[in-house]
Amino acid sequence: MADLGRLYKDGEIIVREGDSGDCMYVVQKGRVDILTKSGDREVVLRSLGRNDFFGEMALFERDLRTSTARAVGDARILTVDRRTFLRGISEDPSLALRMVRIMSHRIKDLTARLTAYENTPHADPT
Amino acid sequence: MIAASRGFAKRWARLAESDQYSLSPGSRVAVIGGGPAGSMFSYFLLDFAEIANLDLQVDIFEPRYFTHCGPAGCNHCGGIVSESLLQRLATEGIELPSHVVQRGVESYTLHMDVGTVRLNAPGLEKRIAAVYRGNGPRESEPLHQISFDGYLNELAVEKGARMVRRMVTAMERTGDCIEVRCADGHHRNYDLAVVATGINSHFVESICGSTAPIRQPKKTTTFICEFRLGRSMIEETLGDSMHVFLLDIPRLEFAALIPKGDYATLCMLGDDIDDDLIQSFFRSAEFKQCFPDAIIPPHACHCLPRINVQTARYPFDDRIVMIGDSGTTRLFKDGLGAAYRTAKAAARTAVFHGVSAKNFEQHFWPLCRKIDSDNRIGKFVFSVSGLIQRARFSRRAVLRMTALEQAGNNPRKRMSEILWDIFSGSAPYREILGRTVHPAYVGGLIWNLAASNWPSARRRDADTAGQGV
Ligand SMILES: Cc1cc2nc3c(=O)[nH]c(=O)nc-3n(C[C@H](O)[C@H](O)[C@H](O)COP(=O)(O)OP(=O)(O)OC[C@H]3O[C@@H](n4cnc5c(N)ncnc54)[C@H](O)[C@@H]3O)c2cc1C
Repeated sequence: MADLGRLYKDGEIIVREGDSGDCMYVVQKGRVDILTKSGDREVVLRSLGRNDFFGEMALFERDLRTSTARAVGDARILTVDRRTFLRGISEDPSLALRMVRIMSHRIKDLTARLTAYENTPHADPT
Repeated sequence: MIAASRGFAKRWARLAESDQYSLSPGSRVAVIGGGPAGSMFSYFLLDFAEIANLDLQVDIFEPRYFTHCGPAGCNHCGGIVSESLLQRLATEGIELPSHVVQRGVESYTLHMDVGTVRLNAPGLEKRIAAVYRGNGPRESEPLHQISFDGYLNELAVEKGARMVRRMVTAMERTGDCIEVRCADGHHRNYDLAVVATGINSHFVESICGSTAPIRQPKKTTTFICEFRLGRSMIEETLGDSMHVFLLDIPRLEFAALIPKGDYATLCMLGDDIDDDLIQSFFRSAEFKQCFPDAIIPPHACHCLPRINVQTARYPFDDRIVMIGDSGTTRLFKDGLGAAYRTAKAAARTAVFHGVSAKNFEQHFWPLCRKIDSDNRIGKFVFSVSGLIQRARFSRRAVLRMTALEQAGNNPRKRMSEILWDIFSGSAPYREILGRTVHPAYVGGLIWNLAASNWPSARRRDADTAGQGV
């Protein structure tokens, strides 16, 4: 029995919002929270488990990380380098199929959350 | 020979004219061989078929049970799943669970007569997996683990493939189908026959020429053996590092000692490995020093499997495609990665384009050709590394440059990256060669050649040779 990837302890930051990066991460074991800052508050955007990926934007554009990923309990994480990924999809575009499917689910989920938010009565600031 | 190959090319050119065959709902596919190539083909074929709304029936013919210990359940290999394959599988959503992985490898330890140096993975991440292809060596206790091949079989079956525990003895074109015949008399017609029998059975020989105008791949003999050391001894002596040897032994291209659970696997690749070559390697001090008290224990299991060193011409025909080792593989490296790549390319072609020779020529053959031409560059890379192997002064420079890079903080570790990619097989040989002609690398190498062979440095080296750097 052996594990792959790198072990992150409970609460350890895997990537930090604002950092630059050139890889994506895949959860091998454990859970990871994806967080962002809203004023002074930390908002959990998503909670990920085995086989989920995060940080995929860094594979496509050289931008800064838009959210923080933190291990919840011990988590094993495998990195996917930009170079390996781009070499892979240039040979076999279907390599990105699963990512596209999951990303479109995420858009669907965000749209539903946004609609629910829009339909909730908010206190009028005036 | 030339006339024969011209004959093949002519016949193939005629066959490659047609693109009339395709899979339709209810089509039957025979996958002959349930090793990594066969299982991954079945998995991706059924995955793509689901997207294309195509209902297919896939039979995987595999007489071997990967739950057996020793050669009966094993597909004879070092069992290294390269970082590029691991990363690509992870992107596909295929994770290697801990009960399939014998050890996660986080570094390479390079042994030379002039010293030893360790190359670490970034962040000491376990980016490479050491697996068993069967259920462990002969006479080992059956493992509560699943072999790599057994796990891939399971994935294919979960997708909807059917395992047929039969040995295929013949394949023949009957009308518009391919008839597959088994040792026990069972026979059935299929719309597509996928040959994934590897190179260690006679099946490919039996169909090449007679069933299809295909010239079989070229092969050479290798050597594998397993040493039982026990888990704690392995932790102590080898750790989570794959040990590779750059020694001046003629005909030896690559040797590696790979730590697994209770065992360590030795792999020797080169030009027709024979007893003399094995004995020369076993006599080397660099190999002996990997074991406690420099005593090599008796091996528990050994074999002399063959490896593909030249692509089959051409590994397809109407309704027939040859994937994995039966067709082409990467020279001496990442055979499992090549099995995945060729299996997936063949599956994509079959579902989205068709199963005629022309379809395979347009959508499958370009990948085989790419692997093949990269292997030619690989031969050149190996011949250059052979020169380094032969000259002590160049070995010293390699050792010095790598050790300094590993000890320093510079993120660009040019020699280490080249060695890592040669050992792991994660990058194409073309890319490795490109990096060896980079002026910064060439400059660094020249500097280290001078610095490590300066008389005072040589005296210092003589005092520390054989020790960890
Ligand atoms: C010494 C050595 C070390 C290696 N080390 C590594 C390594 O560390 N990492 C790596 O990536 N690659 C390695 N390779 C290469 C790797 O083993 C192969 O590339 C890989 O196994 C190819 O997979 P395959 O499915 O094409 O063939 P195979 O693994 O050979 O599988 C073929 C399957 O077909 C079945 N079969 C054969 N004939 C018939 C028949 N007539 N009917 C039905 N079934 C049949 C067999 O039982 C077998 O299960 C190594 C090779 C050698 C020789």
